[in-house]
Amino acid sequence: MSAVIEETHEHHDHKPTGIGRWLFSTNHKDIGTMYLWFSFIMFFVGGSMALVIRAELFQPGLQLIEPEFFNQMTTLHGLIMVFGVIMPAFVGLANWMVPMMIGAPDMALPRMNNWSFWLLPGAFGLLIASLVMSLMGMGSAPNFGWTFYAPLSTTYGPSSTDFFIFSVHLMGISSIMGAINIIATIMNMRAPGMTYMKMPIFVWTWFITAYLLIAVMPVLAGVVTMMLMDRHFGTSFFNAAGGGDPVLFQHVFWFFGHPEVYIMILPSFGIISQIVPTFARKKIFGYSSMVYATASIAFLSFIVWAHHMFTTGMPVAGELFFMYATMLIAIPTGVKVFNWVSTMWKGSMTFETPMLFAIAFIFLFTIGGFTGLMLCIAPADFQYHDTYFVVAHFHYVLVTGAAFGIMAGVYYWIPKWTGNMYDEKLGKLHFWLTAISSNVLFFPMHFVGLAGMPRRIPDYSLQFAEFNAMATVGAFVFGFSQLIFLYNVLKTQRGGVKATSKVWEGAEGLEWTLPSPAPFHSFTTPPTVK
Amino acid sequence: MRAATRVAGILGLMLISGLSHAAYQLNMTPGVTSFSQGAYDIHMMVMWICVVIGIVVFGAMIYSIVKHRKAKGAVAADFHENTTIEVVWTIIPFLILIAMAIPATRVLLAMEDTSNSEMSIKVTGYQWKWHYDYLGEDVSFFSNMSTPMEQIEGMEQKGENYLLEVDNKMVIPVNKKVRLLFTSNDVIHAWWVPEFGVKKDSIPGYINESWIEVPEPGIYRGKCAELCGQYHGFMPVVVEAKSEEDYVAWLDSQRAMAAEAAASAEKTWTQADLMNQGEKVYKTACAACHQANGEGLPNVFPGLKGSAVALGDIAKHIDIIINGVSGTSMQAFGAQLNDADIAAVVTYERNAWGNDTGDVVQPADVKAAR
Ligand code: HEC
Ligand code: HEM
Ligand SMILES: [Cu+2]
Ligand SMILES: [Cu+2]
Repeated sequence: MSAVIEETHEHHDHKPTGIGRWLFSTNHKDIGTMYLWFSFIMFFVGGSMALVIRAELFQPGLQLIEPEFFNQMTTLHGLIMVFGVIMPAFVGLANWMVPMMIGAPDMALPRMNNWSFWLLPGAFGLLIASLVMSLMGMGSAPNFGWTFYAPLSTTYGPSSTDFFIFSVHLMGISSIMGAINIIATIMNMRAPGMTYMKMPIFVWTWFITAYLLIAVMPVLAGVVTMMLMDRHFGTSFFNAAGGGDPVLFQHVFWFFGHPEVYIMILPSFGIISQIVPTFARKKIFGYSSMVYATASIAFLSFIVWAHHMFTTGMPVAGELFFMYATMLIAIPTGVKVFNWVSTMWKGSMTFETPMLFAIAFIFLFTIGGFTGLMLCIAPADFQYHDTYFVVAHFHYVLVTGAAFGIMAGVYYWIPKWTGNMYDEKLGKLHFWLTAISSNVLFFPMHFVGLAGMPRRIPDYSLQFAEFNAMATVGAFVFGFSQLIFLYNVLKTQRGGVKATSKVWEGAEGLEWTLPSPAPFHSFTTPPTVK
Repeated sequence: MRAATRVAGILGLMLISGLSHAAYQLNMTPGVTSFSQGAYDIHMMVMWICVVIGIVVFGAMIYSIVKHRKAKGAVAADFHENTTIEVVWTIIPFLILIAMAIPATRVLLAMEDTSNSEMSIKVTGYQWKWHYDYLGEDVSFFSNMSTPMEQIEGMEQKGENYLLEVDNKMVIPVNKKVRLLFTSNDVIHAWWVPEFGVKKDSIPGYINESWIEVPEPGIYRGKCAELCGQYHGFMPVVVEAKSEEDYVAWLDSQRAMAAEAAASAEKTWTQADLMNQGEKVYKTACAACHQANGEGLPNVFPGLKGSAVALGDIAKHIDIIINGVSGTSMQAFGAQLNDADIAAVVTYERNAWGNDTGDVVQPADVKAAR
């Protein structure tokens, strides 16, 4: 197997230059870099939209934007953050790290890798074009929320909904190909001696995530295709007047949507499981239970989707089933948290920026997990559903969970990518500003949600004013703190203290045996794992 | 200049409103019904369990962060597995979950039991208002938000019930099991009153059920909870619970009003009366889309000022309002507005904003067009 790969690599081990290096790249590192920059740019685009939302919500009343534009902002913010920030960042990290961690020269399917990436600018170009047209006064951008419930998105959708549908199709194709590539790489290209149960946890979590992607992205493609048919070809999948069923839409959407939220957290679990042992200078506690917990979460994520639909009037037996099944997810998730804490226990810890983000992840993700447990209790969810309590919950798991995991991973691996150490002082400054402001931003949302503030509203009644003002202040501090991150990454790319190949005193694994920066083709001769 | 005074006005009002209300709330309301109390109890129970688990887990983490740091000379131990402890921390959470599931199931089963109700109200969501139909009572009406645009745009001090007030409240008798049937005329909405603990989606083509039994007279306020388009944030629910006698009296007054409206549809109106009535109807039913100044929103909602329809054939104008334009958000208002209201709004649209056609449309003309 590896012999074949070496052969194909013989005739292009020079580094191409110019724009062609990026356009035609088949190199896992270059493609990884492009994914990561794409995600970073989209982070600022989606983040600016969040700031528009928060600015409007600073005070009760309509001050800055029309309700119609507000809905476009929440919709595009959600879509961009989910499909344009978190997912591409994970694929970028997988591209960079999976081959290095398993001792392979590159990804298994390098040309497909190129295509998966280059579909993304097209997909988001379409989506953002709809916003540009809206700003130029030509109709409305998608305005039905990132969950695009029918019939608001079908019979009542703006004409840009078709842009949205094709954009989602492109993102889906890109994700499916990316996932196939990761599975093919992991199954075929591990160094001799690296059995499945010796793979680093990050590789494991991505392996499982890739299966989730292959299972549910086609479902998403299916649901948007049904929308397209309803809108233009006279079908009535979701149109009650034609004998269709608007609730069917929600079932299909959430059959994709709930596994999707695990797609957005499992790789971060993997990153944290790499970082905590390094900085505690102690092996990960309960390696095999970590793997089994990830697999159980993935399995359970397929049978809990209707916990998003408790208020749609499901039969009570259905409500009970989805409530119990969702509660079960707390068990493997708890196991992960306990294992991280036990890894830290009696270690010899230092607190560089990646470790700080990892520790904040464990604290804050756990808070998001607690609110998740509260949300799955159906009778209480009747009060929580579609309020800011839910907004608080998913931002704890997505921002202080998924996004913190990504930031931790970038600080952890950037010396390996660039050969330079990042500026630790700036990293810590970025960390503290981000960690504090995200709580000022998202914690008060729990209160207004419990007090009865619905989500996705551009204006609210007076009793919610104080905490909304607070959240907006947090939001602006959070947003501008990310510029420090950007600056630090750029600075590291240009130079700095040279990194050793091991980089971190406690680091273990094949990626740390390669020089920093890692050579263009990672392992041209496979290492042997004992 | 106008913009500058406006900005100054907004800033001034922001300051005043910042000072004048400090009545924020941190937690879920226990409400007034057995559902809201049940939801509140289970919410508090699960929350406290989470707090306790949080103290244990975060406590261990903080202890470790303080004690087991290299800077303090900590040397890493070598353990990385312990089957007993791993089994224990799988089983204990499982038992805790069972302890939560039992009361949750009990509360849920009680909520889903709509049997033995004493009366029924059909609640229909429209973009962006609610319609209440008292089944078997011959009483039905729309309920629109009544907060004026001036308050929303910051030109006027916001009232106490800002965005939580309507023109016609839903009225129910106290201490009666009232069955609610939810459906929708267009997109999905969700009817929610936190103090009742009831949130149900109103879905086109579906009829969802729930019930309320309110022990005390009072006014209870909530909102549409499911994103339903542009004015989703402006779709309040207001319910007034009254004593049995007051409720019956209210039903009678509703019927009397309906009879009066029917009678007024028979008579011939003056243009001034039509314009007055038309402006009222326009503000509640049409201005959300076509805007108060009749200019609409470019490429989304057509302007009526100077529009070919408003200046052209009267029959076509009436037809659009009665039957709507299918496949667009211009709904059929035929069932929502009576003949007099439609006649008034057509007259208004044909004579307001410089559309000086001088046309007068009478209820009889609308009746003939139906
Ligand atoms: C939910 C938004 C909405 C509301 C509320 C609404 N309309 Fe419309 N209306 C529309 C849209 C959209 C169109 C354009 C339909 C089309 O594409 O032909 C329209 C078209 C019209 C037209 C034809 C205008 C033209 O130039 O083609 C008239 C007249 C009209 N509406 C009157 C009314 C009246 C009267 C009311 C209140 C009773 C009302 N509308 C309420 C959305 C609305
Ligand atoms: C990586 C980071 C983030 C992710 C993955 C993310 C994801 C999401 C998602 C999925 C939604 C749902 C959109 C919808 O309701 O349709 C949402 C809503 C929202 N986000 Fe974020 N978000 C992120 C960062 C932020 C930041 C930094 C802010 C504040 C500056 C923010 C503010 C909001 C607000 C206010 C809403 C609610 C809109 C509403 O429901 O009315 N988000 N976000
Ligand atoms: Cu879910
Ligand atoms: Cu609504």
